[in-house]
Amino acid sequence: MAKMVELDQMEKHFRISKGMFDTSRQVVRAVDRVSFSIEEGEVVGLVGESGSGKTTLARVLLSLTKMTGGKAMIDGVDLSKATKKDLKKLHQEIAVVFQDPASNLNPRQTVESSIMRPMVIHGVPRSEARRKAKEVLDMVKMDQRYLDSYPHQLSGGQLQRIAIARALALSPKIMILDEPTSALDVSVQAQILNLLLDLQEKMHLTYLVITHDLNVIRYISDKIAVMYLGKLVEFGPTEEVTEHPKHPYTKGLMDAAPILDPRLRGRAKELMKGDPGSLINLGTGCRFYSRCKYATAECEKEDPKILNVGFGHQVSCVHPLQ
Amino acid sequence: MKETLLSLEHLSIDYKIKGGYLSAVHDVSMDLYPGEIFAVVGESGCGKSTVAHSIMRLLSGGNAKIEGKILFEGWDLRNYTEKEMEAVRGREIGMIFQNPLDSLNPVYTVGNQVSEAIMLDRVEKQEAMKRAIALFQDVKMPDAGERANSFPHELSGGMRQRVMIAMMLSRDPRLLIADEPTTALDVTIEAQILEIIKELKQTHNTAILMITHNFGLVAEAADKIAVMYAGEVVESGDVFEIFERPMHPYTKLLMQALPRKTKKEGRLQTIDGSVPRILDKKPGCRFANRCPYATETCRTQTPAVAQISETHRCRCFLAPDEIPSDRKGA
Amino acid sequence: MNERGKAKETLQACLKNGEFMVGLLILASVFLVAIFSEQIAHYGYTEQLVGPKFQPPSAEFWFGTDELGRDVFSRVVAGTRITLWVAFIGATLELVLGVTVGLICGYFGNWVDRVFSFLTDLTWCIPGTILALAVVTLLGKGLTNSVIAISLVSWASYARPVRAKTMSLKNMAFVETGTAFGETAFSLMFRYILPNVVPSLIVMVSMSLPATILSTTTLSFLGLGSQAPSPDWGLALSKGIEYIIRAPWLSIFPGVALVYTVLGFNLLGEGLRDILDPHMKAQ
Repeated sequence: MAKMVELDQMEKHFRISKGMFDTSRQVVRAVDRVSFSIEEGEVVGLVGESGSGKTTLARVLLSLTKMTGGKAMIDGVDLSKATKKDLKKLHQEIAVVFQDPASNLNPRQTVESSIMRPMVIHGVPRSEARRKAKEVLDMVKMDQRYLDSYPHQLSGGQLQRIAIARALALSPKIMILDEPTSALDVSVQAQILNLLLDLQEKMHLTYLVITHDLNVIRYISDKIAVMYLGKLVEFGPTEEVTEHPKHPYTKGLMDAAPILDPRLRGRAKELMKGDPGSLINLGTGCRFYSRCKYATAECEKEDPKILNVGFGHQVSCVHPLQ
Repeated sequence: MKETLLSLEHLSIDYKIKGGYLSAVHDVSMDLYPGEIFAVVGESGCGKSTVAHSIMRLLSGGNAKIEGKILFEGWDLRNYTEKEMEAVRGREIGMIFQNPLDSLNPVYTVGNQVSEAIMLDRVEKQEAMKRAIALFQDVKMPDAGERANSFPHELSGGMRQRVMIAMMLSRDPRLLIADEPTTALDVTIEAQILEIIKELKQTHNTAILMITHNFGLVAEAADKIAVMYAGEVVESGDVFEIFERPMHPYTKLLMQALPRKTKKEGRLQTIDGSVPRILDKKPGCRFANRCPYATETCRTQTPAVAQISETHRCRCFLAPDEIPSDRKGA
Repeated sequence: MNERGKAKETLQACLKNGEFMVGLLILASVFLVAIFSEQIAHYGYTEQLVGPKFQPPSAEFWFGTDELGRDVFSRVVAGTRITLWVAFIGATLELVLGVTVGLICGYFGNWVDRVFSFLTDLTWCIPGTILALAVVTLLGKGLTNSVIAISLVSWASYARPVRAKTMSLKNMAFVETGTAFGETAFSLMFRYILPNVVPSLIVMVSMSLPATILSTTTLSFLGLGSQAPSPDWGLALSKGIEYIIRAPWLSIFPGVALVYTVLGFNLLGEGLRDILDPHMKAQ
């Protein structure tokens, strides 16, 4: 299988100045030397709490923001050296669906023109675009009578379907799904998840699914990447990561995630202390140091290296769990 | 048998809108005992929040028509004057919301705000501050003493929710209504808050009415649950029983729609159609248009609540025996 | 509910809104007078000695006559056109300037925003009329110049809210998605963001028009705007002041006409705000 996305020590640092006259600058390392790759046709789930950098990482891949270091290859294009032509190609190959159904579509555009828009700007003739709009609407199992509707006339689930239809309009290879079902009710969430999986299998798409809902991730993804304060702490096959987490943070996250079965509520779990913390004023050493119960002096001093702990399973920890 | 603390009897709430009445809540009955976490779950628009707000008499707009009884320790809160309700709010029944930042005053320190609440019970200022800090420790606020001097915007979402809980605790209410208390929080913080709520139930014998759309929270913490659909409680009972042997078709389908497996084990169950807006109550089951088992009776007659076991109730004609009971099927 | 249904609902909301309807009626009457001013006026507005000088209001001269024996009624009627012209030109200029600057500031941010926001703040710091006076002195006297001057001073009142709205819209998912599939900045600003600012712009325009009309009148009053023999209401007021004791009708009638028109715009604006704003919140 070919590698569709390959991140090598990718960085996104922001500089923030404290004020107009204070010239001292702080660096926020929102995504810090992250390396992992996504194979073609794979579903990778990216989990992490607020401030983990998961959304920033997605924004870099979507070229909504420029990375500041490292390398990111997307379908053979080096993002840091991408020419205008490369970017145009990437715009067609990577599509995105965001969380909030209500703001995913332009409130002042009809469903049809929202779906046609990406095709129109990439030079597809209008008649062809109109035909394709009907086709993708069909693919997301929506009736054609919605073509003339405006977003405020539709329900959350319908809006999300249309956002997916628009994403499919340019026949992308990669879809970035940023919390695609977080704003939806359980029964609608099930419909959208099923739809996403059907499309992925039928069209051999590559997904990067970002969410904080571990039950959704466990259901939908082949591999899981766990981020904490800008660092990738663990990456590996879904079952490995959920059943045998090697990083204390992953373990804490798994334990904290509510299990949808009351019989398991008495299970042994370790609750993490404290808040996710802030990206500002990060010292050296492991970023999870202050919340980790296994932390030693070593963890405070040095940045943990990436260890291979199994087939395709890597962890960034000084004392990985057994 | 313990005394019920809160008991809703045939509570119905209708909103007058253009061209008729919108039935937001219909014939809802439930009993809440001290030291119990009772979860009201349902999808958006099912009326769960309306129920919670009606207990506190916080329904906005004067166009709601309420019927039925809201009995708190045997007294009907609906007969209370506004003044009497003020005495009930906070003192007897506390409430926490999804977004604590909206409920905290941005210009006072959180310690100040909690001690203000304590001083409502005629406590000296310094003593109140001491108690406030003790409460912050109770809700596991890190550096409680220092944090008391922080302003709401300086705290994280989890810490703000802790402040809200401390503020409610300060008056030691018998009942705490938690309206989506962890929806805006990260999972690790959600788990911490849930632990505090569970502890509260044990140490203070507080009853907790938890309003949520998150079945994970219910599975983790609730003792009893009521599943609402289109303004009605379709099924209620012991949490283990409802999760393991759901009776109502809606609950059954919902349980199978939860992502509890991996994609290798097959697709999730879905429920076709959408929730109806109930205008001017007509007879018939409210779930009939989406129910795979619906018969002609379901469409023309309103099902009554069937008592399946001592605690388990279900509003369906087919319960308990006629619905195929295969959990893995469909 | 389809678009037509929504339009119908908005229309019903308009009909029910008292302020909006009164404002609309007032403005409709002003517009009618402007359109048919030649038919309504009894005399040409420059025609002198159509009757005795300083004639009080009478059956023949409804609003009396002025120091040159001109019919005040005909002059007030002719002045309507000037006022509406001022409103139209002023609104257009302010909108084009304010919206463009607001969009650019909000969309690009960073130093672009800092430079333009500084300019915006600067125009706020200097008292409007004084700045307008300076601009008029530079451009030369005259009605159009004074409208330009006023617009150059007051576009900032559009730029700020448009900038704020743009900043919040820029981060919305549909704009980010547009960026991700390759929309240009121009198209994002004018195709994605601007249409979503329009409803609040409509309200802003109708609320700020009265200010533009009044400021222009002020300049005319000070002798920097319209020049004699223009029937401009501001000019009429300033001339009328000289004879305020002897012939109060010279200032009263243009003054009342001015108040009437400004009131119309104000009521319409407030009505529109009530109708459009809750609607936007619901979205």
